[in-house]
Amino acid sequence: MSIANIETKHEGGHHGFGVDEHGHFHHAHHFKDAHHQYESSKQGIWLFMVTEILMFGGLFVAYAIYKSLYAPIFHVGSSFLDVKWGSVNTVILITSSFTMALGIYYNQTNQFQKAVVSLALTILCALGFMGIKYIEYSHKIHDGLLPGKFFTNKEFPKKLSEYIKKMEPEDLSPQMKEIASNPKRLEKAAPLYFGFYFAMTGLHGLHVVIGACLIFWVMVKTHRRRFSSEYYTPVEGVGIFWHIVDLIWIYLFPLLYLVG
Amino acid sequence: MFSLHFTVLANTFMPVQGSEIAVDVDYHYAFLVISSLIAFIILIGGMTLFIVKYKRQTENDKTAYISHNHFLEFLWSFIPFLIVMGVFYWGKVIYDKHRTFPEKAEEIHVIAQKWAWEFKYKNGVSIESAKGEVLHIPVGKPVRFIISSRDVLHSFFIPGFRNKQDAIPGRFTSMWIEAKQEGEYQVFCAEYCGTGHSNMPARIRAVAPEAYVAWLEEKKANTPVDPNAGNEMAMKGASLYKELGCSGCHTVASDAPKLSGPSWVGLFGSKREFADGSSVVGDENYIRESILNPMAKIVKGYAGIMPPYVGRVSDEEIDNIIEYIKTLK
Amino acid sequence: MFTLTQAEQIQDAGEKNYLIHEKGLWSWLTTVDHKRIAIMYMIAVLTFFLIGGIFALLIRLELFTPGQTIVSPDTYNKFMTFHGAIMVFMVIIPAIPAIFGNFVLPIMLGAKDVAFPRLNLASWYIFMIGAILAASTLFLGGVDTGWTFYTPYSISTSTNVVLTVLGAFTMGMASILTGLNFVVTIHKLRAPGQTMSRIPLFVWAIYATSIIQILATPVLGITLLLIAAERILGVGIFDPTLGGDPVLFQHFFWFYSHPAVYIMVLPAMGIISELITTFSRKTIFGYTAIAYSSFAIAGVSFIVWGHHMYVSGQSEFAGKLFSVLTMLVGVPTAIKLFNWIATMYKGSIRLDAPMLYAIGFMFLFTIGGLTGIFLASLGMDVHFHDTYFVVAHFHYVMVGGTLMAFTGGLLYWFPKMFGKMTSDTLGRISWVFVFTGFNVTFFPQFILGAMGMPRRYYDYLPEYTSLNQISTVGSWLIGLGFVIVLIAIIKAFISGEKASANPWGGKTLEWKTASPPHYENFETTPVVTEGPYEYR
Repeated sequence: MSIANIETKHEGGHHGFGVDEHGHFHHAHHFKDAHHQYESSKQGIWLFMVTEILMFGGLFVAYAIYKSLYAPIFHVGSSFLDVKWGSVNTVILITSSFTMALGIYYNQTNQFQKAVVSLALTILCALGFMGIKYIEYSHKIHDGLLPGKFFTNKEFPKKLSEYIKKMEPEDLSPQMKEIASNPKRLEKAAPLYFGFYFAMTGLHGLHVVIGACLIFWVMVKTHRRRFSSEYYTPVEGVGIFWHIVDLIWIYLFPLLYLVG
Repeated sequence: MFSLHFTVLANTFMPVQGSEIAVDVDYHYAFLVISSLIAFIILIGGMTLFIVKYKRQTENDKTAYISHNHFLEFLWSFIPFLIVMGVFYWGKVIYDKHRTFPEKAEEIHVIAQKWAWEFKYKNGVSIESAKGEVLHIPVGKPVRFIISSRDVLHSFFIPGFRNKQDAIPGRFTSMWIEAKQEGEYQVFCAEYCGTGHSNMPARIRAVAPEAYVAWLEEKKANTPVDPNAGNEMAMKGASLYKELGCSGCHTVASDAPKLSGPSWVGLFGSKREFADGSSVVGDENYIRESILNPMAKIVKGYAGIMPPYVGRVSDEEIDNIIEYIKTLK
Repeated sequence: MFTLTQAEQIQDAGEKNYLIHEKGLWSWLTTVDHKRIAIMYMIAVLTFFLIGGIFALLIRLELFTPGQTIVSPDTYNKFMTFHGAIMVFMVIIPAIPAIFGNFVLPIMLGAKDVAFPRLNLASWYIFMIGAILAASTLFLGGVDTGWTFYTPYSISTSTNVVLTVLGAFTMGMASILTGLNFVVTIHKLRAPGQTMSRIPLFVWAIYATSIIQILATPVLGITLLLIAAERILGVGIFDPTLGGDPVLFQHFFWFYSHPAVYIMVLPAMGIISELITTFSRKTIFGYTAIAYSSFAIAGVSFIVWGHHMYVSGQSEFAGKLFSVLTMLVGVPTAIKLFNWIATMYKGSIRLDAPMLYAIGFMFLFTIGGLTGIFLASLGMDVHFHDTYFVVAHFHYVMVGGTLMAFTGGLLYWFPKMFGKMTSDTLGRISWVFVFTGFNVTFFPQFILGAMGMPRRYYDYLPEYTSLNQISTVGSWLIGLGFVIVLIAIIKAFISGEKASANPWGGKTLEWKTASPPHYENFETTPVVTEGPYEYR
C-alpha cells in the first residue's frame, strides 16, 4: 500500500461532537462528514438491536420448548393472567411508539417544543406500563403465583388436574403424562409457567425502565437544543431501541396472555 | 503384517479390549493416529524443509510472487473433505453398534449419586460400589444398562468397553456392552459432580454364564433381611436416605468411613454440640430443622455445606426419615 | 534493516506520539484513543493471565501424586473452575481482539480511530466491572462448578455461582460492544482506495470474530441469567425436580460456547497470516481463500455445538448431524494451514522471535486440529469424551494455538506500540521453554485420555502417576517461558533499542506510521493503491 498526501480537514474539536450552543453541528474528527457519522451510528445501533433480539430469542426458544412439552401447565397458567391489563399495556406501548416517532420527527424538523412534549408523553406511557405491571405483579404476589419455591397458590394445581382429566391421553406429551401421573410432581411442576412469566416480563420490564431513562436523557438534550435537522442520531437510536422493546412485547402478550 | 505392527503400536495405551466393539474402536483409533502422523509429517516436515531451504540470504532478497494456484487449492480442499467424510462414516458405524440395542439383553439398572454407584438386578439383588461390591456380568451375552441419577449429572464410563453414557436425574438413559472374555474392568464417573467426582469408581467382573447365574442366585439368597421389616415408615426412610442423596454425606453404619457430614448413627436421643458452643438433644424437631434449614445448627467440626431441602421434601418424607434415624443405634 | 525509499521515510511523532500526547493517569482513564484503550486491556488481560496461570500451576502441583498432594478435593475443584473461567472469559476471548484488534485494526485500515471511541472506553470499563465481579468470588469462598456451569450441580452447589455468572454476563456485554465497534469500523472507516479485497487478513479475521461475538454472546447472556434465576427464584427451567431439563442447559450453553472457541482462534489465525508473510517477505498464498475460510469457519461454528453432547442423552440422529457438520469445519481450517506453508515456499525466511512463535503455532495447532477430528468422530468420542484426551486437544489449540499467536503478535507489534525493540535472544529463549514445556505438559495427556483417565479428576489410579508427573514438570517449563517473555518486555521498556517505523519490513499500513504512532495514527490520511502483501 502506498500513501499519497491528502490534507484532511479537522472539523470540530477532539472533545466531543454534536450541536453546539450556536446550533452548529460538528461531526467527530475520525469521520469524513456528518453523513458518514450518521450512517455509521445507525449501523452500530442496528447491530446492537440484533443482539437484544437474540437474547430475548433465547428465552422465546426455551418457552416454546417447554410449552410444547407441558401444554396444559401453560394453558392453565395463562388463565391466571388478566387479559384486560395485558391489552391495556399493549395499547399503551403502541401509543408510546407513535409518540416516540413524533419525538424524532419534531427534532428532524427543528420543532423542539413539540419534540419535548412528544418525548414526555412517551415517558408517561412507559410509567403507565410499569404502573400496570406493578398492579399485576402485586396481585400475583398476593395470590402466591410466584416462580419455583415461592409458589403457594392452591387453586392452580386443582385447575390443572381438572384440565388434564378433560384432555385426550394422546394429546399429552410423554413428559406431561409422567408428571401428571404423580400428584407430588404435578404440584412441583405447576410453577414452571410462572418462572417463564416473571423471567420474560421481568427482563422486558427492565428494558422498559432503561428505555424510559434513555428517552428522558434525549428529552433533556432536546430541550437544550442539542439536536437539529443536522443531527438527531441519538433520538433516532433511542427510538429504534424503544420500537424493539415494543415489538418484543407484541410477541410476549399473545404468548403469555392469550394461550389460555 | 506391517499395518498390524502399527496398529499394535497405536493401541499400546488403550485399555484392554473388553468387547468386539472395543476392537472396532481401536482400529478406528489406529487409523486416525497413523493418518494424523502422516499428515503431520507432510505438513510440518514440509514447513521445516522450507524454513531451511528458503532461509533469508540478504536484506534485498526478491521472493516469488505466487498469489494462488487454483488446481492445487482445489485438490487440497477436496481430498481432506473426502477423508473427513470417510472418518465420519466409520465413526458413525461404530456409534450405531454402540447405540443399537440387541433384542434379548440382560438388563441392569445403574443408579448414580454423589458419590457412588448402585446396580440393581431384575431379581432384586443390589450391588453398591461404596461397599466395595463388584458388578457381575455374563461373558458372551449382551448386557443393557438402564442409567439414572439421584441428584446431579454423572456419567457411566467403562474404558475397557470404550463406552460411556451420562446419568441424568429425572430421566433414564441407556447403553449396552457384551464382554468377549472373562476379566475385571474399571468404571469411572465421567461427568463432574463435585467433591467426590474422582472417588466414585466401580468394578465390573465378566464371568462365564453359568458362574454368573450361580453368583446371582447366591447373592439373592444371602440378601440380609431388612432389619426394619415391619416398620413401614423406617423402610421408606431408608429408601429416602438414598434417593434424596443423604447417603453422599451421612453414614448409617458405625464402621463406615467418615464422610463430609455427621453420622446418623446414635443421633436420636444423644446430645449434639454445635460450632457456636450451644447444644441440643437430637429429637424430631432437631432433625426436621436440620433437613429444611441446615445452616441453623452446624455440628462442631463440620463445614456448613449442606444445601437446604425446603421445597424438595414433603412432611411425610421427613417423618419417614425421622423414623429411620430412630432405628440407627 | 532494509533501505527505506524516500517516500517511506517516516518522521518520529515526537511530542505528538500517543503515549505522551496527554499526560497523567486521568488522561488514560478518560481516553478515547483506541491505542491507549488497547494498552489498558493489555495490562488487565496479562494480569488475569498471571492469575489463571498460577491456578494452572497449582492444579498440576496437586496432580503430581494421586490422592492429596497440597489441597483438599473441594479446593482443587475451585482451582479447576477458576483456571478455566479466568482463562476463557478474562484472557483468551478478549486478548487478541481487545488488545491487538483495538491497537492495530484502525491503523491497518488507515483510520483515525474505531467508529465509536467512547463506546470503546465504555467497553473497557464494563469488562473491568465484570472481571472484578467474577474475581471477587476468589475472596468469597470461590466457585466449584467448572467453567461450564452444568446443571443441576450449578443450581445446588453452595458456592458463589450467581456472582460468577453475573461477572461473565457483564464481560460478555463488553465483548458484544467491541465486536459491534469493529464491524462498523471495518465497514465505514476504511481509507480511500482500500477495498475489502485490500484489507489485511488480520482485519478479515477480526471481522469474522466480531460477527460471532455479536450473534453468539447474547445467547450466553440469557443462559447465565437463567442460571441466576434458577438459583435465586427456583424458576424450574433446568432443575429436574421442578420439571426442568438439565440437558437443555447444555444446548443453550454450547450454542454460545462452541462459536466462542472460534472467537478465541480466528484472531490468532489472523496474526499468523501477518507474521508468515512479513517474515517470509513474500505475498500471501491464497488471500481470498484465507479471508473466506474465516467466514466459513464462523458460519459453520454455529451449527456444531452438539459435538460436546454426544453422550449427554441427546438423540442419535442429532449426534450424527453434529458429527458430519463438525467434520466440515476441519476443511477451511486445513486450507489456512496449507496456504501459510505455501506462502513460505520460495520465500526469504528469517526466524526472528515473532516468527518462531508463528512456526510454533503451526506445529501445535496442527496437532490440536487433527485431534479435533478424533473427537468429532462419534465412535471415537464415546470413549474420549470427558477424558484427558479432550483436555489435551483444547490446550493444544488454545494455548499452542491462540497463546502462541498472541505472544508472536506481542513481540511483533511491541516496537510499534512502544517504540522500543525487545531482545530477540530473550524472545527465542522464551520460545524454547514455552514450546518444549507445552509439549511435555500436554502430549502425555493424550495418552492419559486414551488410557481412560477422566478429566476434572482430583485423584487418579496409581498407573496414571508417571504421565501426570511428566505433565507437571512441563507446566513449570511453560511458566518459566512466560516469565522470560515478561523479563524481555520489562527489559525493553527500560533499555530497549529505539525502534524504527518498520523494523520487520512489513507491508501493511501500521508500518507506515511512526513507532510509537501519532495520536491520530496518520499525519495525513493514506490513499491505498494496492493489496496488503505486495512483496515484489
